[in-house]
Formats: sequence, C-alpha cells, structure tokens
Amino acid sequence: MNVPMKVTVNGKLHALDVEPRMLLVEMVREQLDLTGTHVGCDTTYCGACTVLLNGAAVKSCTMFAVQADGAEITTVEGLEKDGQLHPIQKAFGDAYGLQCGYCTPGLMLSTLQLLSENKQPDEKDMRKAIAGNTCRCTGYQNVLKAMQLAAQNMKGA
Amino acid sequence: MSSSNGKDAKNWVGQALPRKEENRLLRGRGRFSDDIKLREMLYLRFVRSPYAHAKIVGVDTSTAEKLSGVACALTGAEIVSQTQPFIEIGPDPFARIKDYPLAAAKVRYQGEPVAAVVAESAALADDAAELVQVEYEALDPVIDAEEALENQSLLHDEAGTNLVWNGVFEYGDVAKAFKEAAHVVTIDRMHFHRFSSTPLENNVVIARWDPKDERIYYQCNNSFPSFAIQFLAAHLQVHIDRIRVETSDIGGSFGIKITSYPQMAVCALASKKAGGRPVKWVETRSEHLTSSAHGNERIFRETRVALDKNGVITAITSRHIDDCGAYPRYEPLGCVIWSQVFPGVYRFKNARIDFSQAVTNKCPVGPNRGYSRMQHLWFLERIVDVCAHKLGIAPDEMRLRNYVRPEEFPYTTPNGCIYDSGNYPRMLQLAKQKIGWDDWKKKQATARKEGRLIGIGIGTTLDSGTNNFGQSQIVNPGLPYSGNSQGANCKLDIYGEVVVAVGSCPQGQGHETTAAQVVADVLNIHPDMVTVRTGFDTERNVHTGFSGTYASQFAVSGLSAVHGAAQKLKAEMKRLGAFVLETKEADVEFGTGAQGPELIAKSSGKSINYWGLANIVNANSASLPEELYELTLNCRYIWRAPFKVPDKQKKYGNLTMTYASQLHIAVIEVERDTFIPRILDYAAIDDCGTVINPPIVEGQVYGATAHGIGAALMENCVYDAVGNMLTSTFSDYTPITAMNMPHVKYGHISTPSPHSYSGAKGMGEGGAAPVHTISAALQDALFDEGVFIDDSFNNADSLFRALVGKEISQMEKLVKVEKR
Repeated sequence: MNVPMKVTVNGKLHALDVEPRMLLVEMVREQLDLTGTHVGCDTTYCGACTVLLNGAAVKSCTMFAVQADGAEITTVEGLEKDGQLHPIQKAFGDAYGLQCGYCTPGLMLSTLQLLSENKQPDEKDMRKAIAGNTCRCTGYQNVLKAMQLAAQNMKGA
Repeated sequence: MSSSNGKDAKNWVGQALPRKEENRLLRGRGRFSDDIKLREMLYLRFVRSPYAHAKIVGVDTSTAEKLSGVACALTGAEIVSQTQPFIEIGPDPFARIKDYPLAAAKVRYQGEPVAAVVAESAALADDAAELVQVEYEALDPVIDAEEALENQSLLHDEAGTNLVWNGVFEYGDVAKAFKEAAHVVTIDRMHFHRFSSTPLENNVVIARWDPKDERIYYQCNNSFPSFAIQFLAAHLQVHIDRIRVETSDIGGSFGIKITSYPQMAVCALASKKAGGRPVKWVETRSEHLTSSAHGNERIFRETRVALDKNGVITAITSRHIDDCGAYPRYEPLGCVIWSQVFPGVYRFKNARIDFSQAVTNKCPVGPNRGYSRMQHLWFLERIVDVCAHKLGIAPDEMRLRNYVRPEEFPYTTPNGCIYDSGNYPRMLQLAKQKIGWDDWKKKQATARKEGRLIGIGIGTTLDSGTNNFGQSQIVNPGLPYSGNSQGANCKLDIYGEVVVAVGSCPQGQGHETTAAQVVADVLNIHPDMVTVRTGFDTERNVHTGFSGTYASQFAVSGLSAVHGAAQKLKAEMKRLGAFVLETKEADVEFGTGAQGPELIAKSSGKSINYWGLANIVNANSASLPEELYELTLNCRYIWRAPFKVPDKQKKYGNLTMTYASQLHIAVIEVERDTFIPRILDYAAIDDCGTVINPPIVEGQVYGATAHGIGAALMENCVYDAVGNMLTSTFSDYTPITAMNMPHVKYGHISTPSPHSYSGAKGMGEGGAAPVHTISAALQDALFDEGVFIDDSFNNADSLFRALVGKEISQMEKLVKVEKR
C-alpha cells in the first residue's frame, strides 16, 4: 500500500507514491534518479548518504521517505548553480579532497551545514562536523584542507 | 620548443595537475555500478549461513518462489549440476577441493551464501530471502589456524587436511650465523591480526546472460576483471570472449574487489534462469564485512634472531602460520608474495622461514592493501624493535646499523629480489626532522618522570610493486603464469581527438589524469586535449591476463603501456606528417597552433592539424600512397615486465620490479587511567622514485596512513569461539574517522627507479607503515612496564590486559635474550 507524499528536492517539487518502508535514500536514488547520494554502511555510521533536510545534514539511510513529506531536500546535485561549482565543490577539487569520490557528496553537504552555522571553523570544529562521514581514501587530511579552503572562499558570501 | 600554452615540452609529468575525474565526481555525476538501471532488471539477495561450520541437510526455496514478484531462486545443488568448481591456484591436495559460489553440501564460514533469490525489487528479494528454509547440522568450527593444523575437524574432506601449503624458504648459512652470534634473541609467538581495508562502496554486480547471442554482460566494480573472467569462463564453461566486463567509477577496492568472481557467477546463472533479464546484486555492508574478503591473519612462532656484538642482525629463523579462512581461492599466492620483501629493509643474509597456510572457519582472505607483505614487514619490524630495546641500543641507531645502505642499490636480497633504489637513512633523518625528534625525546623524558607512558616509534616499510607472476610457480609448479604485462591503446580519432584506453580499473588513483600527463608529454600537447576512457572494458581489447588495478603498479605497468602506445601513435603521425608536409620525418615537429594541436615542418613552416591527419587515414584514404596503408593512428601497445621464472626449488629470483619505501614516526601516549592509546604526533616520509603527480601521491600516502592507523588501533575482524563474526557492521568494526586520524606531517624523497622508463615506482598500498610504527611506539612506551607488543592490534582493552591483568604480552614470558 503506497503512501502519497510531496517533497522539494534541489528546488523542484515532486509528488510521489512510495512504499511506507522505503528509505529516504532509496527515494532519492531510485525514484528521483539522483544517484550522487550513495549508500555505504546501512547503519548510520558512514554518511555517504548525507543530504540536507530543511538545511540540516541528515543520513538519508536512517529516515523513511515518508518522514520527509513536505520537506526541502538538497542533494549533491543541487550544489552547483547554472553549471558553476559551489565554492565547497571547487575547494574539494582544488585541495585534492577526494579520491574515489564515493564519500564526497556526503562530506560536502556536512561541510555546507557547518559553514552555514560557523563561518570561521577551527580544525576541531571541522573534524567534529565530519565525524559521521567515513572516507576510506583520503585519510581526511586533504578533506580538512578543502573545508578550510571552502571557508575562506565563502567569507563574505 | 614552446607551444601556445606557454609550457616547455616534456614537463607535464611531475606537475600537480588537477584531476580530470573531479568534474563528474564533485557534481554527483560519477557512474558507480549501483547507479546503473537496466530495462527489466531483477534484484538478487543471498541467503547466508548463520553457522561457521555445518552440514546442509536441506534447502527449501518453494515458499520464497511462490511470493509474488519473485522470478526464481538458486541453490548450491543446482549450481553444482550446472558448473565446474572454480580453478584452484594451489597444488594438491587443495587442488582437489570443490569450491562453488553457493555452498551445496556444507558451509564453512558464517555468512557463506547457500542460496539466492531474484525478484522484481530489492525489497521483494529481501522478503523472499527470509522465506528460504535451510536445515543445518552443526559441525565443530575451527577458528584458530594453529588448531586447524591439528586436523581435528576438517573443512574440506576432499583435501583430507587443513594445511593448504607448506614451504621452507632458506638462504645463506643459518647454522654458522647462529654459531658465531654474540646475542641470540628468541620470541615465542607474535600475531598479525585480521582486518579489512573495506572500501566505502560495497561489491556490486549487474549480470545479463543474453540468450540471443549466448554472451554474458557484466557491469560491476570488480578490480581485476581479466583475472575474474579466467575463473568465470572455466566455471561457467563459456568461451572467455563471450564474457564482457565493464567497470566505471569504483568507490575504492584496496584489493578486496578482486575476489568478487563467485558472486559474479551467481548473478550470471540467475540471469540465465530468469530468461536473460539483467540481475543486480548490491552487497550490504554486513555482507561485505562477513563474506567478501579479509586480510591475511598470521602467527609467527619460535622466532630466533642472531646478532653480532653491535646489534647487527645476522640471521633469522621462524615458523609462520597464515590463516586464509574457509577457501584458499586467490590464495595461496599469499604464501609466496610476502617473500618479495624477504629481508624487509635490512641487510641480513641468512634466514629460514618455514611457512604454512591453514584453512579456518572464517571469511576467506584476499588481497587487502599491503597484501601478504605487510604481515612479514611487521614481523621484521617487531624483531628489530624488540632486539634494540632488549640490547639497550637506541631504536633509531639499531635501524641505521641494519638498513640496506644507499650505496648498495640495486641490492640483491638473499632470495634474489632486486631492490631498485632507496635511501632509508635519509628518510629516517627527514622523518626525525619533521616530527622534531630531539624535542620529543626531551618531552618524553620529562613525562616519564611524571609517570606518563609516552613512546616514540619508527616503522620502515616497503611497497613492492609490479610483481612477477612467476612467483606463483613457487607455490604450484604447474601454474601457467609468469611475468607481468599491461595493455593500452592510443588513437587519433576522426576529428583529431587523442583518446587513450588502458587495461586498469582505477578506484580513485587518478589514472585518467596521470595517463593524460604522460601522453601530453609525448605529443607535446596540453593534457586537456587528451581523453582517457573511464574504467575497464574487455571490448576495448587493451587488457592482458594481468590487467586490473592492484599491487601498486599503475605508475610502472599502466603508464609504461600508455607511454608505449603514445610513442607508437607519435611515430605514425610523424610518418604521415612527413608525407603530407612533403618533408623528412626529422623535420616534423609536434606543437599546438591556431588550429589546435598540429605537426609543423620546421624547414617550410607548413603545418597540418590533428583533424587533417586523422581525416586522411580514416575518411580520405584515396590520397594515401600504398606504402602508408599500414598506418592506423589507432595504436595498441602491450608492455611486458622483463622478468624470468624464478627457480622454484631454491625459491630464488626477482619477484617485483620496483620497491617504493615509507618511513613513519609516531609519538603515542597510553593514558594511565583509561589505557587509551593516543597519537600525539605523526610523520610520514615516502619515496616512490619519480613522481607523476605529487598531490596524487601525497593523497595515497595519507590514505594508506589512515588505513594503517585504523588497523593498528581500531579495526579488527573479531570472531568468537564458535565462529560468529562480532564486527559485522561499521558500528562494531569502527573504521577510522576524522576524530581519530591525526594530522600527518608529510615529507618526500625521490630515488628514481632504474627499472621503470620514467624512474617511477608503483605505490599506494603503503606497506602498512603505521601498523609497524604504532607497535614500535607502544613498545617504547611500555617496555619499562614489562610489556612486549606481540600483536599488530592494540586498543585500550588489550593494553589494560597487558598492563594490569598481566594476562597477555608479557616480555618476560615471550622474549628471551641469550648472550654468548
């Protein structure tokens, strides 16, 4: 028995019918075909599935799709504007903040939430902000560099 | 010569060029296997054993098959009737075992698949899997490798033993060295733990067995497809050319995705049964942690070390027992791969290692970043470190006395491997400088007076790359493998695009970028003008039997192939250019003009751009003279490593082409009240010869360092006494996070390899330097407390048991020094 729901994703309103047991990440990936959001662990540890839900970074594998009824969601695909990279995307590229790129969408969205609350984060703030995002490639060092660069790039924004 | 981009020729290699891969990955437009959806696609879910060791009495899939939306189910018995068992790499008696991708008669580890169900959606497949009834009769599990060798409970009846392989590696004059020794140090037991480099993206397979053309199409993230198809063709009994494998973006592998061929087989058979509909399997994290592949666990027994009066090691003897889990599969290659680094970074000439491998009721092991060498390198580092402490020699001085010296390269090891280049003393000096060695020594002395437990440890390691598959014949003389090779193709397409394909399947190593740098240098164009195909595809015809991405080799094997293909293309373009520009080849120059990349005749100033050239060969060939008909501008090149088959009896020969090295120093404090080991400072120095793209190399070093620190302090595959895996989710396995990873002070030296065309050495695995380093730092912190760091995994719990309970890791019991 499917349930109707409405959700705005990256500024676009969608009316959907979903199974009650469908996870938010499944809705994003399978119903909307926004495959930039990934699944890594199924247990709320790795954050590959991080999206912004009404501005807050959440793990979309740990919410049912129906819980997002009426919400506004931003996924990695919603970061760029008119083909121009968001300053966070640009910073991750410039600082070699990614390798395989599987965790990167989640890391960038956690960074976006951090920088929207704290324009001048120190190293500790940044580490805390991505504590729930596992990266198996970078050892986090260039990710932290990228976050710092993004904070600089976004100053005054 | 300069071109319109203002850069001198031949200088893209070595530059910090931004990665070509970023554009799609940053925008969320990567194409990972799970992102692919095909028409009529079905979803597969495995039914897995809750037991570590049990007889299968019956499998009933009838209820599951009745569920609406279920296409079919598969059982082990069905697979046995339709396929051949997988090829075994090892010799008899393990060559006789029957290895199928679904268990038929018995299960041998928790998580082993016994059946598969296929349904219209992933959720329905989950539901159906729960309806499959399997009746088991529990058998005694064997969890410890040494216990397994007692053969009380056999895993594979066809083998009649749990011993997979045994071989003695003996070189030099061991007896003489011990007779002349000033000190003999004996270590009863050491243990290298089981962990997994576990990539963030799990295994994914999409298979389609097309009934129309009887071909199998795979889209998947296997990281050694040319190896997988060799296993699959024999197993499924299809012509190897009837199997197509494509990979796209891969979310990390670290070796583990080499061993996904059993699941690939099941997906193909399921597709066949479902009438050719595509079948997709997406592994869950728990499946990945319980039943993909772990790293090899190894026990080191009765180690004896002979040293002269200055602490120079003259001989080592030891008995090693490797635990490969329930099926040897890619193993027992691990029984010989460690010997690529037989003496580590040290000069001793005399040694005897008695090496055995056993099966146990645990997840099969497979290549895992640092594969088989890191265990041995850790063993050697522990020896050097504990001998230094016991003989009262400073650990840095001890290493300097034992390192292979810079002037000795190329250095031939006792077992015939040739270390191409290196400078370990310089790395040590640089690491000490980075970490502030003298300062930390002072701080450590002060802290000790306050009762704090601070240790400083050094780890020196090797990352041997581009291996000689001839070493497999040391394990099994009948194997048809030797040497190493890689293929690449470089073409000038009809509109003048330079397009490169190579037989690797990168997982974040930036192959598209580095391959473009190499080609740009050959053709004197900007790397942006070079398109490098993403991923692997058998249909590109650029693979050999060794193609894939594994074993620290792309900079050597992959880029040598790319370089060779680009040179071939350049030679053709030059010949064609000379004809078109009516001049001699020597007069033709490569550059970039107003019309894009072009060839110019120096004498006349006439030029033709790439489109013009490509057009003549591809679409305007009536203007070509007959002697130029052989030009294709589509040049395939197979690079081969100059290896010989090693002497199988003596176990002697060169096993690897390049030896990158890493030297790390860690400062660690074990908290007195919580026993938590905390890293206070960390430095990492690497040497991979000539660097193609410095930030890519630096990124690999950070990543390998994180894996090593995670392995040393947090990540451990724990099994209970009956074979339940206790760390089957990330919440239990706890991969290292940004909260636990220290800032790494990075440094680099370069000793170019004389063995590769560019001077580069393969790197990326990192040789598990942090595991050695953290063990050494903990040893330094706890030596005065009577603790011997005898395990590669240490956490607050084990340190508490060693320091307070005194149940484990007691120096007095485990290490003896005999002064002659």
